[in-house]
Amino acid sequence: MSFFFEVLLGGLLAGVMYSLVAIGFVLIYKASGVFNFAQGSMVLFAALTFVSLLERGISFWLAFVLTLLAMVALAWTIERWVLRKLVNRPPITLFMATLGLSYIIEGLAQSLWGAQVHGLDLGINDEPFEFQGMLLSQFDIFAACVAGVLVLVLSVFFNKTRTGIALRAVADDQLAALAVGIKLEKLWLIVWTVAGFVGLVAGLLWGARLGVQFSLSLVVLKALPVLIIGGFTSISGSIVGGLIIGASEKLAEVFLGAYIGGGIENWFPYMLAMLFLLVRPTGIFGERQIERV
Amino acid sequence: MPVGALLHIQNIEVIYEKVILAVQDISLSVAPQSIVALLGANGAGKSTTLKAISGLASAQRGEIVDGRIEYQGNDITTTPPATLVERGLVQVLEGRHCFAHLSVEENLLTGGFVHNPSRHKLNQLLESIYHYFPRLKLLRKNLAGYASGGEQQMVAIGRALMSEPTLVLLDEPSMGLAPQIVEEIFTIIKNLRDEQGMSFLVAEQNAGAALRYADYAYILENGRISSEGDAEHINQSEVLLASYLAG
Ligand SMILES: Nc1ncnc2c1ncn2[C@@H]1O[C@H](COP(=O)(O)OP(=O)(O)OP(=O)(O)O)[C@@H](O)[C@H]1O
Ligand SMILES: [Mg+2]
Repeated sequence: MSFFFEVLLGGLLAGVMYSLVAIGFVLIYKASGVFNFAQGSMVLFAALTFVSLLERGISFWLAFVLTLLAMVALAWTIERWVLRKLVNRPPITLFMATLGLSYIIEGLAQSLWGAQVHGLDLGINDEPFEFQGMLLSQFDIFAACVAGVLVLVLSVFFNKTRTGIALRAVADDQLAALAVGIKLEKLWLIVWTVAGFVGLVAGLLWGARLGVQFSLSLVVLKALPVLIIGGFTSISGSIVGGLIIGASEKLAEVFLGAYIGGGIENWFPYMLAMLFLLVRPTGIFGERQIERV
Repeated sequence: MPVGALLHIQNIEVIYEKVILAVQDISLSVAPQSIVALLGANGAGKSTTLKAISGLASAQRGEIVDGRIEYQGNDITTTPPATLVERGLVQVLEGRHCFAHLSVEENLLTGGFVHNPSRHKLNQLLESIYHYFPRLKLLRKNLAGYASGGEQQMVAIGRALMSEPTLVLLDEPSMGLAPQIVEEIFTIIKNLRDEQGMSFLVAEQNAGAALRYADYAYILENGRISSEGDAEHINQSEVLLASYLAG
């Protein structure tokens, strides 16, 4: 039984890592209705920039701040020169644009910093430690705490600050937001900046886990089932979706793997997501239309 | 141009998507501290005219291709909506358009952000809205999406008032509401005019209600102004019958 809980807890903690990537999507999708495929490249770009600065002898926090500035510049460029030109276009056009952006950002990262694999050490001891007879990864617990703090900060931002309330207003009704004098361009800039920051945090954690390399941008593919299950418009949905994916894929791998062969982890999340699409297309926390009778 | 008009429109023509002609040769004025009604049947061009003034038409691929709009003596033909709200010209959209997933109070707050007021000032503004719409104070924590039609109309108007406007463009405030609620809303509009000195340009199909409160009225037919005059005069003349607006 304790082995079951060990697998479950390990899975939940790993799932939080997926949530971190998913949150970046949710932010942009909520504010502008754009499914930003480039989020994965932003994660890669952030991690690569950070690591390269670190390797050039720059201290941790200075590198963090510089990378953050780079992410803001990136967000500003994308908003100003691509998305603003495409407002009022159909969603598929915007999606294709972010797909294109995704490769441009990767190419940019590569030509700036080279293509080799970098190790990233955040100074967190990754020896498993024992808790009530279960072995847990310290790194995973650290990542979960970071995600927890991030969600807390974001929920205060969205519920208590003027910018946050305005962002939720824009997510609800763009025309009405314009009519009350909200400046959409300014808000999109802010939301891309916040998504860049979330990308940086995800990039550091994923980079430390897998090494900083180009396959890092593929974490987007793991975020997709998380989004489908949690809903595209909910930050808490990202967390819950991540937990479900993380736990179920580990449990399936360990307990079903013996019967139907290993490698379940690779496809199980997508199967789960498909089931959700059939049963509950808006995800667990996705916003349904409010309907009055 | 009428001397001292707050808003003055000269011969504007609006085209959607470069090809759809919605209104042409529209001229109208709004005097300070007045309520002006813009009456017309479905598709006559009322909303288009209001959105041309507020700058929202361009967000819907509409374009003012001819004519000119002046507000407080300045040309605002191409001024973006946010700038106009800062200068005291705000539109309440047809169909209310509340932010459904925001609470009633958060809806109101969004309208107050343009001037970046202090927290104290923002609370004062909220209180003054609750003074005119006491019912909203009881609902302040509820999601606006669950409020009734009349309450949502009050939210939409209150939200616009949070920017402390000089001129409010109201698009069909009576739409889908019971007669009693319509009277309640128009009475509040009249009070705002008398007590705060605000002006209103009200687009309506409900000619009867609008004319009871308006000072002056224009009638739109097929994208053109077909007649205009003092509200009382229009109310008693034959033009309403002729434009299928009586009733
Ligand atoms: N976004 C748009 N794109 C294309 N055509 C439009 C658009 N909005 C309005 N029109 C057209 O412009 C004309 C005037 O429409 P408008 O909405 O201004 O009328 P209205 O008087 O407000 O009508 P209603 O009482 O139904 O609200 C109509 O023929 C309409 O089809
Ligand atoms: Mg209309």
